[in-house]
Amino acid sequence: MADDKPAGRGIPASALYINVFVVATCGLVYELLAGTLGSYLLGDSVTQFSLVIGLYLSAMGVGAWISRRIDTNLAAKFLEIELAVAVIGGLSAPALFMAFGTVQHFQFVLLGFVFVIGTLVGLEIPLIMRLLEGQATFKDIISRVLTFDYIGALAAAVLFPLVFVPQLGIVRTSLLMGALNGAVALWGTWLLAPQLGKARIGLRIRAVLVIAGMVVALGFADRLTTFAEEQMYADPVVYSESSPYQRLLVTRGRSGFNLFLNGNLQFASADEYRYHEALVHPAMIAAETPPRRVLILGGGDGLALREVLAHPSVEAVTLVDLDPAMTQLGKTFPPLAELSRNSLEDKRVTIVNDDAMVWVDENRELWDAIIIDFPDPNTYGLAKLYTRLFYARVNARLSPGGAIGLQATSPLFARRAYWCIVETMRAGGLFVRPYQVTVPSFGVWGFALARKLPFEPPTRAPDVALRFINDAALAGMFEMAADMTALPVEVNHLDNQVLVRYYEREWKRWQQ
Amino acid sequence: MAAVGPSRRDFVALLLGAPVAAAIGCGSKQARIPPGQIIETGARRGHAVLRDGPPPTPTRWRDVEVAIVGGGIAGLTAAWELRRKGIIDVVIYELDDVPGGTARGSASPVTGYPWGAHYIVAPQHDQPDLIALLDELGAIESMRPDGTPVIDEALRCRELEERVFYRGRWYEGLYLEAGASVEDRRQRDLFNAEILRWSTFRDPAGRRAFSLPVSQASDLPELTALDKISFASWLDSKGFTSERLRWLCDYSCRDDYALDAAGTSAWAGLFYFASRRGAGASYQSVVTWPDGNGTLVRHFAKEVPIEPGVVVTRVDPDGTLVAVGPQGAFGVRAKHVVLAVPGFVADHLVPDRPKTVADYGAWAVANLHLRARPVERLGAPPAWDSVIRNSKSLGYVSATHQRGREHGPTVWTWFYPFTGPGDVARREVVDASYEDWAEVVLRDLELPHPQIRELVDKIEIAFWGHGMIRPRPGALFDPARLARLQPRGRIHFAHTDLSGIALFEEAFDHGLRAAREIVAARQATPA
Ligand SMILES: Cc1cc2nc3c(=O)[nH]c(=O)nc-3n(C[C@H](O)[C@H](O)[C@H](O)COP(=O)(O)OP(=O)(O)OC[C@H]3O[C@@H](n4cnc5c(N)ncnc54)[C@H](O)[C@@H]3O)c2cc1C
Repeated sequence: MADDKPAGRGIPASALYINVFVVATCGLVYELLAGTLGSYLLGDSVTQFSLVIGLYLSAMGVGAWISRRIDTNLAAKFLEIELAVAVIGGLSAPALFMAFGTVQHFQFVLLGFVFVIGTLVGLEIPLIMRLLEGQATFKDIISRVLTFDYIGALAAAVLFPLVFVPQLGIVRTSLLMGALNGAVALWGTWLLAPQLGKARIGLRIRAVLVIAGMVVALGFADRLTTFAEEQMYADPVVYSESSPYQRLLVTRGRSGFNLFLNGNLQFASADEYRYHEALVHPAMIAAETPPRRVLILGGGDGLALREVLAHPSVEAVTLVDLDPAMTQLGKTFPPLAELSRNSLEDKRVTIVNDDAMVWVDENRELWDAIIIDFPDPNTYGLAKLYTRLFYARVNARLSPGGAIGLQATSPLFARRAYWCIVETMRAGGLFVRPYQVTVPSFGVWGFALARKLPFEPPTRAPDVALRFINDAALAGMFEMAADMTALPVEVNHLDNQVLVRYYEREWKRWQQ
Repeated sequence: MAAVGPSRRDFVALLLGAPVAAAIGCGSKQARIPPGQIIETGARRGHAVLRDGPPPTPTRWRDVEVAIVGGGIAGLTAAWELRRKGIIDVVIYELDDVPGGTARGSASPVTGYPWGAHYIVAPQHDQPDLIALLDELGAIESMRPDGTPVIDEALRCRELEERVFYRGRWYEGLYLEAGASVEDRRQRDLFNAEILRWSTFRDPAGRRAFSLPVSQASDLPELTALDKISFASWLDSKGFTSERLRWLCDYSCRDDYALDAAGTSAWAGLFYFASRRGAGASYQSVVTWPDGNGTLVRHFAKEVPIEPGVVVTRVDPDGTLVAVGPQGAFGVRAKHVVLAVPGFVADHLVPDRPKTVADYGAWAVANLHLRARPVERLGAPPAWDSVIRNSKSLGYVSATHQRGREHGPTVWTWFYPFTGPGDVARREVVDASYEDWAEVVLRDLELPHPQIRELVDKIEIAFWGHGMIRPRPGALFDPARLARLQPRGRIHFAHTDLSGIALFEEAFDHGLRAAREIVAARQATPA
């Protein structure tokens, strides 16, 4: 039996020190990953890092304490633990990313990972020392093991911010460390062969499986988030998905979440209230009577819906969004669901996943307020939702006293595109009041308020708790500064699509 | 599933060229062929009765004021016009089980889709009858002060109208702008200027040079002389040598005439471009429905009694008509007859009349029922009409484009013109099976859409052996053509073939004329 032999005999000590070095590096990288992920996803990096570091160190203590319970099969146990670290640590980042989108109490999951990894790493160091027992004097072993341990930590601390995160991204770094841990364990089956006896075969197979698993997962990491994407967005990507309709992606920055559709920012959680209040409330108060039946076209994130539902008069809302993945994300992605106050689950709400162009043509109901929130018209497919035909169809679905609120890109950055939308609505038979607000993450943003008959813009803020709109804000919205006033434009039709051309030409100037 | 045999490979080579067929040989890809069939368009029944059957002897006779033979656009238009003039004792005898001829459409639970004609050109102010027809359909939004209608935006072909697949990428439009040299652009601009000149031209009588319908066009000798040469020689003579421009001209001829530019009359080649331009610069909108001109057919067919499955075998100038229907042979005594069948059939039914120049282009049309759209490659987004630049086919038209659905199931209509002699084409394909045809269609579409095979639930194929009459040099201003327009006794002639060009507007024009001849004849001889 392996444990019958004196532990240290026949072990190439220097090789084991390298082992210590790698274990220490990987261990600290997992810790840093957890801290970084915590601050990305939950914000408040000071709290996250101190929690993670504190828990990690104490977990290492727990590991060290447990280590004395291990008496037999030292070498095999050491390698098994190393493989466990490889698996749990290696998969920690992808698992945490996925958990973030699906579980409610993410903080506990995160700390759970930290604790388990810390404990396992804490077990390893004492075991290594015991394996080296008899090779050198106790003081030498202590000094060398600890030296390599701390150098490993330094390597991790330097490589992590300078190489791993910028070059590989979080998920790949995690998987790579897992593979490295697995490789060291595999090497260990040779180093410790005399102590392992027959057990080494099984360990080798497991080590190879772990390494292979990490390599396969690296392949999948590209699906999870493409490398290019991680480079493209200023903030880390915390969720991404390609539906048949579009690419949905959420990033987490210092100030909150950002939702991107096909690379275009849809909202930033920090200031979306300005955007969504401005989009929804003017229409809700411009309608002749408090709206009871409201139609939302687009807006699958549920944020405009949140504002609509704030009005007690609302009895029924139908939300039409092309992409089931979007409405699903709005419902189930915890940060989004929270932001929208679970509006998509409200029992007054009916969700329809269909093309709004076709749906408004087939729908036969009348709506007291219609909120239109589509992505900007940068493709023919989207710009068809900004045509005279579309507005004529929407107009036909508007009740006689009803009002329409719609987002219309920036009158400052894309002035012609903005006025083209306004003119196109007019061509669709609507009376339009253009307005704008400033949304820091977008800049100056344009909207349009429309009714079937001439009307004055509303002056009294609604009687709902709002963060942005009050009487003063409302009055200012309908003023256009000199650099945003109307320009001569053509009307956008299905068969000319001038809007796409205006839009591209104008935005190009701002995107260097 | 049987492997692709040599004969199928030969068939692919015949239609698409050797390189495409060669690709079948290599690669072990198990080529799935989706279910489907070749659909009948009346040719078999026509041949069986007219060509191969014994002359029928009617035992039953019936009387009708106006008998219309042929339920294509021309016949349907005649019935429509007669009804507008208060003449309602009218019956249409149609050989096939459904009306429409080459303008018919079908429908699946997903969408309507065409079998041939799939668009018309928006009418100008001087086409009041077409304006009236579209108005009945609710297709007119408003009228401009000059009398030009504004067509319902939902019917005006939506952007992107056309795209072309070239070297692994889609490009917007038909003319390949990318990579065009300075000389290419110069020639293109010159060509456009030439077209513009012709579209704004008016002769001393105020007629256009190239008008839709052809009957309204000027007959100045300098213009009719263009019919004597080929479009290719005309392009040569003007120094239009740019490959991109020549491709566009060739494509247009294949698209509208099933001919290449070398086989097309220069008059017809210029007509293609110049007749579609309005009072000035801009091209008239293309007006389209999911089932193409099938929507017009359905509208026409609502009001007239149509007897389908009836092959008329003989028409006499005294108004008697012999036919074979589902219940056997019968005769009709009509006060007036509109013979709205293709020229080669009319020649057969009315023996001693000036013969139609029998040059017909054959067409293959396939409708592919897709359960989902393929993943798009780089470049231009999906369009109404997607053209493959290096293919002998014309590519495909998406039936759901106009409606605005960008995702999910759809139907694509694939068009293939046989630019060679019609009888050769008809002989070549006579033995082709459904699988042979499906392989051709799929091989062609796999070029831009490698994964298309897996997305197709069903393919239906139609072969139009006498798909359309072709404007070869000399055919349009042939005095015999004009002679064929003349009524024979009680028979009035209506069919697009009488124009020498196959277009909705031509069939419509002849239907109107025939109906008006009858109205005039009735007024001359009170009943
Ligand atoms: C593939 C294809 C694509 C086309 N695309 C377009 C397009 O996009 N736009 C456009 O404007 N034009 C297009 N055309 C041309 C257009 O379809 C025709 O010009 C037009 O529809 C012809 O109508 P018609 O009534 O003159 O003739 P047909 O459609 O030929 O109608 C003649 C009818 O007579 C019937 N018939 C024949 N013999 C007998 C008989 N003995 N007894 C009784 N009935 C008989 C036939 O079954 C048929 O229904 C296309 C044609 C083809 C083949």
